[in-house]
Amino acid sequence: MLEVFDLQVSYGAIKALDGVSFSVPRGRIVTLLGANGSGKTTALRAITGLAAPGRGRIVFEGRELQGLPTHEIIRAGIALVPEGRRIFANLTVYDNLLLGAYFRRDQPALARDLDQIYDTFPRLATRRTQAAGTLSGGEQQMLAVGRALMSRPRLLLLDEPSLGLAPLLVKEVFHLITRLNQQGVTILLVEQNAAAALKIAHHGYVLSTGRVVLEGAGAELAAHPQLQPAYLGDEPEAEAPPFSS
Amino acid sequence: MDLLTFLQQLINGLSLGSLYALIAIGYTLVYGILRLINFAHGDLLMVAAYVAVMGVGLFSWPWPAAFGLAVGLTGLMGVLLERGAYRPLRRAPRISLLISAIAASFLLENLALVIYGGRAKPFPVPEMFTGAFVWGGLFVPRLSLIIPLVTGALLAGLFLIIYRTAVGRAMRAIASDLATVSLMGIDVNRIIAFTFLLGSLLAGAGGLLWAMKYPQVNPFMGILPGLKAFIAAVLGGIGNVTGAVLGGLLLGFLEVMIVAFFPAWAGYRDAVAFTLLIVLLLLRPTGLLGEALGEEKL
Ligand SMILES: Nc1ncnc2c1ncn2[C@@H]1O[C@H](COP(=O)(O)OP(=O)(O)OP(=O)(O)O)[C@@H](O)[C@H]1O
Ligand SMILES: [Mg+2]
Repeated sequence: MLEVFDLQVSYGAIKALDGVSFSVPRGRIVTLLGANGSGKTTALRAITGLAAPGRGRIVFEGRELQGLPTHEIIRAGIALVPEGRRIFANLTVYDNLLLGAYFRRDQPALARDLDQIYDTFPRLATRRTQAAGTLSGGEQQMLAVGRALMSRPRLLLLDEPSLGLAPLLVKEVFHLITRLNQQGVTILLVEQNAAAALKIAHHGYVLSTGRVVLEGAGAELAAHPQLQPAYLGDEPEAEAPPFSS
Repeated sequence: MDLLTFLQQLINGLSLGSLYALIAIGYTLVYGILRLINFAHGDLLMVAAYVAVMGVGLFSWPWPAAFGLAVGLTGLMGVLLERGAYRPLRRAPRISLLISAIAASFLLENLALVIYGGRAKPFPVPEMFTGAFVWGGLFVPRLSLIIPLVTGALLAGLFLIIYRTAVGRAMRAIASDLATVSLMGIDVNRIIAFTFLLGSLLAGAGGLLWAMKYPQVNPFMGILPGLKAFIAAVLGGIGNVTGAVLGGLLLGFLEVMIVAFFPAWAGYRDAVAFTLLIVLLLLRPTGLLGEALGEEKL
């Protein structure tokens, strides 16, 4: 459904992505893992047209996306839950959700989708007239997901949806992703929480300084001996002495 | 001062304040989405006035046609400004944008100077807008009633658009977080152009009303009301539409009252407006209804 070939993105002199290729087959959950600064967010920004690739191709359902403006990529059936949620803090929950469906013209179906999102996230329903900025972190994450779903995406991109959430909520978010996938939404999940992501993903890629260094089926990758120490950066940090003078 | 004079000044203040409010909205809308002070905004008053002068005076069109065209062309001029002077610089440092705005202002003024010459032209005020009512000792020019009524109707329309339509929701979203709006499948450029259109249409209407209140048209006529309206927008809290209306009314009332209570100060009314701005900003840097600006918004 989504194919990325040899993607290269630079910010000035920094090469954030240096020839990355991966694919997301229809109906699957694919996860992109990697330590801080490895280029995960940049990959999602390139797919959605927020960052311009210097080289490479991005093909979605047979259509080349590179060079298209962001709003057209979204209208083609892709939605992004961005890093840091980026909800419209001054607007109400309801306004945020409707903005997700801005370009849809199928009124009755849209109203049903809104009801369904309120069903899925009852806490959003009770706060629908509240400014989104007053929601708790978890609720804001729900809102960001709900807002993305309001466009009825066929491919949903999620950038670290578990970041900053309490363990119980993290579990809930991953449940939700699985459920959405079972309902037919293809998912590309960016995570630092490798263990949790690989539990639900069919396939995973590990990025390190802008390159794919490991790849494999979810369970296989989870068991890979090199996964943690080499590329996710958690382990070595934990082993380092707290202070060295 | 007796009640009658006070009432009289209240009416004068309301009509002047309404004009400031109408013009201030354009500043605040644009600032809200782009964090740009559109210094060419005041000159749009002059554009509207000249188009009307040409239509009514030169081509002898009926005034509704000439006024309609004047407002419409002023709206288009605002959109053109955005296309030509601001959009190409959207990713440039904010100071470049500001300089571009000042340049656009000079350009409009000098264009008018070349086309119409520097001599002020009388504005052909349609008969409907002249005359006055006299009730007891109260002297109310018809225009002083028309201005607040027209302003009220336009503001009601504007608020409907901003708070009750999808485009308005997108405008508010841009004001809240510009970078994320395109992820909603929204063509940000179109919403920005629409915002300029709205603000400039209001400036067009404001320009015509201003030209009927002070019926002299010259290439620089937009500068002072533009600056005052800008002050009004800052007073109210720039970026906040309700604030712009409040700021405009406040400034209008204050100016009129100062002249009425202290006739000796009449010549300093503009200085008073600017002093008021400085004092208020010292006490309340965000204006009346403005929210504190985060780092990223500056
Ligand atoms: N706007 C930018 N300007 C300059 N450099 C950037 C910019 N955005 C990202 N980078 C750099 O590009 C590299 C990749 O960043 P990216 O945000 O894609 O990493 P990430 O994998 O999402 O990290 P994290 O897990 O911390 O979110 C980093 O070295 C980062 O410093
Ligand atoms: Mg990231």
